[in-house]
Amino acid sequence: MVNKATKPTDALIGHDAWNIQLDKKGHLKHFLTTEGLGSDVLTQILDTAESFTNVNEKSVKKVPLLRGKTIVNLFFEPSTRTRTTFELAAKRLSADVLNINISTSATSKGETLLDTLQNIQAMHCDMFVVRHSDSGAAHYIANNVAPNISVINAGDGSHAHPTQAMLDMFTIRRNKGENFGNLRVAIVGDILHSRVARSQIHALNTLNTGDVRVIAPKTLLPVDVESMGVNVFHDMEAGIKDADVVIMLRLQNERMQGALLPSEQEYFKLYGLTEQRLLAAKSDAIVMHPGPINRGVEIASNVADGSRSVILDQVSYGIAVRMAVMTMTLGREPENNNRGGSDE
Amino acid sequence: MSNEYAQLIIKNGHLIDPANNIDQIADIKISNGFITAIEAADSIKPDENSQVIDASNLTITPGLVDCCARLREPGLENKATIQSETIAATKAGITTLCCPPDTDPVIDEPAVVELINQKAANSAHSKVVTLGALTAGLRGEHLSEMFALHQAGCVGLSNCRNPIENSLILKRAFAYAATFGLRVFIEPDEHWLSAGGSVHDGKIATRLGLKGIPVSAETIAITRALELVAETGVSAHFGRLSSAQGAELIARAKNEQLPVSADVSAHQLHLTEQDISSFNSACHVIPPLRTQRDLEALRNAVANGTIDAICSDHQPHNSDAKQAPFASTEAGISALETYLPLCLRLTQQTSLSISDVISKMTNSSANILGISAGTLSVNSIADICIFDQDEDWQLNENSINSHGKNTPFLGWNFQGKVKHTVINGQLLFSD
Repeated sequence: MVNKATKPTDALIGHDAWNIQLDKKGHLKHFLTTEGLGSDVLTQILDTAESFTNVNEKSVKKVPLLRGKTIVNLFFEPSTRTRTTFELAAKRLSADVLNINISTSATSKGETLLDTLQNIQAMHCDMFVVRHSDSGAAHYIANNVAPNISVINAGDGSHAHPTQAMLDMFTIRRNKGENFGNLRVAIVGDILHSRVARSQIHALNTLNTGDVRVIAPKTLLPVDVESMGVNVFHDMEAGIKDADVVIMLRLQNERMQGALLPSEQEYFKLYGLTEQRLLAAKSDAIVMHPGPINRGVEIASNVADGSRSVILDQVSYGIAVRMAVMTMTLGREPENNNRGGSDE
Repeated sequence: MSNEYAQLIIKNGHLIDPANNIDQIADIKISNGFITAIEAADSIKPDENSQVIDASNLTITPGLVDCCARLREPGLENKATIQSETIAATKAGITTLCCPPDTDPVIDEPAVVELINQKAANSAHSKVVTLGALTAGLRGEHLSEMFALHQAGCVGLSNCRNPIENSLILKRAFAYAATFGLRVFIEPDEHWLSAGGSVHDGKIATRLGLKGIPVSAETIAITRALELVAETGVSAHFGRLSSAQGAELIARAKNEQLPVSADVSAHQLHLTEQDISSFNSACHVIPPLRTQRDLEALRNAVANGTIDAICSDHQPHNSDAKQAPFASTEAGISALETYLPLCLRLTQQTSLSISDVISKMTNSSANILGISAGTLSVNSIADICIFDQDEDWQLNENSINSHGKNTPFLGWNFQGKVKHTVINGQLLFSD
C-alpha cells in the first residue's frame, strides 16, 4: 500500500454530500437545493405540479392528500409572498399549517437555532418550511431534525431557493415545451447575492438547457461562476440576443452602499430591461422575474406589465409546485400513485 | 508521574535529530532534566537507579514545538483550559506550545503572561510560551509595552488577525520591536477584503453562496508588511500561510535576504475547499482552505524551505461552536492529536523525508520562537517525543484528549502514534 493514511468515505464520517435530500429508496425526502438531484426527480416535481394546476382552478380548491399532517412555516427572515404561497399550498392539501416568524433578535437572546428547532419539533410536526438569512441553514436544519421530518428550503442566504427555481422551470416548460435542449435562457442582474439564480442555474443545467447565460457587471458575479455551467456576458444586448427566456433578478438597494454599483440610474441604463432591449431576444421570448420587482431599476414598467411578461403566472404556478414538493416529500403522490407509505 | 529514579535511559530507539543531522539507532541517558549522554545502541548500561524505556522499533525525536496553539485560557475556559490542553499536548508528543495573545484579557501586560506561566507550571505538562500583543488590546491604535512583555517572557509580538489599518502605526510597531531585537508574528490579513468571509473566494463560495475570502486578503497584507520589514529591519514571522501566492511572496523576500520566516498549519497541507462539501462546519477555518493548487504549492514551499515550520493552529471549541449554519459557526480545528500524524502523512505523499518533516516541528519552530528546544544534544534539556512510525490507528472522539472535539479528521486512518513523552527529563506520558 502506497499510502496508509486514508480519508474515510463520506458515509463513514456521517457527512452527507448532497444525498441528504433523498431517502434510502431514492425518493425526495428534503428539498434543499436543486443541485445534485437528477433530471428524473426535477421532472417528477414538474409533472406532479402539472396535476395540481387544475386543483387551483376549481371552485373548491382542496384535496385531502396531506390531511392530518402538520406543516410548520419557519421564517427567520421576513417574507410575504413566499410564505403565503407555501401556506396556501399546504392548506389546499388539507394539512394543518403553523406560521412561525422568528426575528433574528429573538434568536440572539441566547436561544440557538438548534434550541428553536427542538422546541418546535416537540410539537410533533411533519415538515419544516424554512427561510433563513444564512447560506446552509436548511442543510443544517435537515441534518439536525428528527428522522421523520422533511425540510423544504424556502431560501437560505445566497445559497438556494429551490421551489422558486422549480416554479420558474414550470413556467418555462408551460411556455416553451418539455425540451429545454434548444432553449437559450439569460439571467440578468445580481447573481452574486442571488439564491434564486444559483438554484435556477443548477435546475436549468440538470434539465439540459442548451445555453444558460448570466449577464451582470463583474461586481455582481461570483468568482468562477463559469464553473457552474453558464456563459458570462457583461453586455446586455449581446447577452439577451436570441434568448427564449429572459429572467430579471431583483436589485437590492443596499448594493449601492457596498460600492458594488454607482447608482440605480446607471444600472438601469446598462442592465435594465426595456422594450427596446427586448427586441434583441427572440420575438416570442418570455420575461420572468422572481419578484418583488423594482420598476425602473431592473425592469421598465411596460415590460413588466407587457405581453411577454409571465411574472404573475410564476406566482400562481408557485402554489402548484409547492404542493408537488410537499406531497412528494411527505411520501404521497396524487392520483393514487402511492410509493408505499411515508418515508422511513 | 513522580520520578524516583536518578536517571532515565532510552534504549535502542531510532534517533532523529535534524538539528544535529543525526538519524541512527542510539541510547540516550538523561539525568536532572538534561541529556547527559547519547551513545551507540545498546552501549549505555542501566543500574538500579535507572528507569528504562525500551525504544526498539520506535522513533525518538526532540519534543515537538508547536508555534501556534490556542489554549483558550484566560477567557474561554468553557472551551478548554491550559491544564486540559497541556495534558493533551503531552500525549501528542508536543512539549512546547506557543500561545498567541488574543486571550481575554489580551496578553498586553505582564500580569497576563505571569498568569499563563503560573497555570502552565501548575499543570506541569507541556511548556507554554506566549506572544505579547503588538498593540494595546490588539486594537491597532497604540503600541503595547513590548519591552515589559518581553521581560515577562513573551517570545515575540503579534496582533493576531486583528487589523492595524493605519500603516504608520504598523511601521512604528515594527520599528519599536526592532529596537529590542523582538520578532513580530504576523497573521497576514487585509481586513476589508476578508470581513464576513468564511471560505476561499472560489468555486465552493460561488456554489454554496458563502462570502469568500480572496487570496488578495493574504497577499496584500504580506506585501505591506514586507515593505515595512525592509524599512525597519524588524525580524518578521508570517504565520498560517494559505495560498500559493502568499508562499511566493515569502520566497521572494527570502531571496532578497529580508529577515523573514513562515509557517503553515498542518491542515492546510491536507485539505482543500472541496472538503467543505455541503457545509461541513468542521472545515470552517481562517484563513480558509483553498484550492488543490494552493495545497501543492504550500507543500512545495515546505519542501524547498520557503516555509520554515508547520504548526497545529490548534483551536479547541465546545460543540455548540460548530452547531449553526456554516458561516455562523466558529472557525478553527482542534489539532493537537493530528499534528504529528498529519505531518508524518507528508512523508508518504511528498518527497519530504521524516527528518525534513520533524525539523519543521522541532528545531525550526524553536528557532522561530527563539527558545532553546527542538534538538537532542548532550547538555540540552530533555524534551523528547517517542513514537511508533508504523502503528495504524483511527481518529475518533475518544482518542481526542483536548477538550475540543472539533476536527474534520474524525474517522481518518493514520499511521504513526506517540508512545512516550519526556519533558524536563520526566517521563510524563506512556501509551
